[in-house]
Amino acid sequence: MNLVLFLEQTLNGLQLGVMLFLMAAGLTLVFGIMNLVNLAHGSLYMVGAYLATYFYQATGSFALGVLLGLSGTLVVGIVVELVALRTLYERDHLDQVLATFGLILFFNELIAILWGRSAIFATMPPELSGHVELIGGLRYPLYRLAIIVVGLAVACLLWYVVGRTRLGMLIRAGASNRTMVAALGVNIRLLYTVVFGFGAALAGLAGLMAGPIHVVQPGMGELVLIDVFVVIVIGGIGSIRGAFAAALIVGMVDTMGRAFLKPMLALVISPVAADTAGPALASMLIYLLMAAVLAVRPEGLFPSRGS
Amino acid sequence: MHNITRPTIAGLIASAAFSTLISAPAFAQQKVKIGFITTLSGPAGIIGEHMKNSVELALDHLGRKVGGLDTEVIYGDDQFKPDVGKQVSDEMVKRHQVNFVSGIIWSNVMLAVAPSVVQAGTFMIGTNAGPHELAGKLCNELFFTTSWQNDQTPEAMGKYMQDAGLNDVYIMAPNYAAGKDMLTGFKRYFKGRITDEVYTKMGQTDYQAELSQLRAKKPKAVFVFYPGGMGISFLRQYSEAGLRGQFPLYSVYTVDEISIPAVKHAALGQIETRYWSPDLKNPANEKYVSDFRKKYGKYPVFYGAQSYDGIMLIDSGVRAVKGNLADKKGLTAAFRKADFASTRGKFVYNTNHFPIQNFYLLKAVAGPSGQDPVMEIQKTVFSNHKDSYSKDCKMKW
Repeated sequence: MNLVLFLEQTLNGLQLGVMLFLMAAGLTLVFGIMNLVNLAHGSLYMVGAYLATYFYQATGSFALGVLLGLSGTLVVGIVVELVALRTLYERDHLDQVLATFGLILFFNELIAILWGRSAIFATMPPELSGHVELIGGLRYPLYRLAIIVVGLAVACLLWYVVGRTRLGMLIRAGASNRTMVAALGVNIRLLYTVVFGFGAALAGLAGLMAGPIHVVQPGMGELVLIDVFVVIVIGGIGSIRGAFAAALIVGMVDTMGRAFLKPMLALVISPVAADTAGPALASMLIYLLMAAVLAVRPEGLFPSRGS
Repeated sequence: MHNITRPTIAGLIASAAFSTLISAPAFAQQKVKIGFITTLSGPAGIIGEHMKNSVELALDHLGRKVGGLDTEVIYGDDQFKPDVGKQVSDEMVKRHQVNFVSGIIWSNVMLAVAPSVVQAGTFMIGTNAGPHELAGKLCNELFFTTSWQNDQTPEAMGKYMQDAGLNDVYIMAPNYAAGKDMLTGFKRYFKGRITDEVYTKMGQTDYQAELSQLRAKKPKAVFVFYPGGMGISFLRQYSEAGLRGQFPLYSVYTVDEISIPAVKHAALGQIETRYWSPDLKNPANEKYVSDFRKKYGKYPVFYGAQSYDGIMLIDSGVRAVKGNLADKKGLTAAFRKADFASTRGKFVYNTNHFPIQNFYLLKAVAGPSGQDPVMEIQKTVFSNHKDSYSKDCKMKW
């Protein structure tokens, strides 16, 4: 196997992994701390992409677009929490699934009304287009490299906030035993709103970074949501550390499977059979991985302590 | 999830009063019910919107009367899923008792829907998907399509690239019924070396891993089939990865009037083959394109042109049997004549009820005064092209 190609695919896997992590971090916190299944997490990804694209085109500044897109998604997240999700915490998961599925439909239609059903034009800033020369003649798109850097930076920041600050302590405590946290006089409602808002902003960040390379269109969030659920199940629900590890594993496994499974199968079975089995198996790989993890560790790789 | 278009109450009362006043012919009280299934929600919803808009435009052009009868069109959303498509079509056939089921974008949905519709004795008028099974051994007297057989369009591109003397071509498509048909069709006419044949996940949004593999193989050219949103992602990432200058990209159903507004200049110079284009010169097409642009403020796309044709085909059949919708033999015979003004010009049915038609080479060229690029016909690749499966179809007429 060509070493440069392998390195390039590793970067691709890393890039997919950090994107998944940005989505998974918010989702796993909300699930773990608030015990809320939020199917509408993908909608916040979409909102982030639309707002950033809109503001970038309106102001002509990518930085301003990112800033307004992020804060816009944060506000949307907080409003959704205050208006819709508050009433759902005490209900069972089926009600939550139903209500948040309703939110998906609501957001998709709202976006379709505001911007139309067509995918909108989105472009990356000129400063970030182009390639960088890495070792061994490997040319890698600058924008994708930027995604990796941002993703890792956010992971470090989250590690610091969750592991080293008072807010993080409350979040971890909330994930372990929320009744006790409330009994200790912490305003759990406010904590929920803050956590949900930041989870939304992270999803928005993933969405706005995906905007210029993917498709900005209604329903774009649902395409990534299933992979994100796979990540949080593998990582252990409620665990940021688990989400990070699982996101990188899933990103890597998916990328490597898509890239190398078919040629490798062709060494063992006939090339014709590999042509059929390769793509089918590659698209199943992360689900097989999830099934294997669940069989060995039903709580996920890094379960959050407590109930 | 479906909505039902009804005539207004006032219209109903008026027509009721009208029909009591005039001694109407035997079938005048009868109503044509068409169940139109497409994808109306999610990322592919834009395709469904174009199809629905074109159906509405066809109804406008027919004075809201298909075959001279009152018409009810029930729209159904397959949500991009074969099982949902099947449920929706069952509901249309059994509960709404429609006379015609029409539409359907995706070949995997079509394969779930069409056999059960025709088995129930209802006509299926496909307006996009053309899986090879329905052109060959599953062909049926009650199944017609106003689009094409999946293999045909890539066959035209295969021929073009063969004639251009290209070699070492890397070919890619999503892993589902139509993706396989498309690459099969391409290989039927392209005889040069294929560097690699790659199938990606249906609905995939990121192609970076595949593009890295592609670059490492250093092909001379690339041929892809990526409909809808997949095409937008693919085109963007192909440009972003800097491959555009290195490996010329040829495609089918990837660059169209839906994807161009989202990728703009990234589509410029892109070559496709297709049976239709907005600039195709014939009176029916000119009327369709200009009225569509007037009503909806954007260019129509081939999905829409086919759907418009579908309603016009139904209209021609219902007229031929003088509104006697129970006369299925008569309807089949009438449909076979395809006696309507198609947006593609000449329209002749092959024995398997797939059209025999021309295929053109299209290029995305700069639009007038800085607008988005537009597709323009360059030349004819195939004249009166038949699909390769009609020989497997047992129907004789």
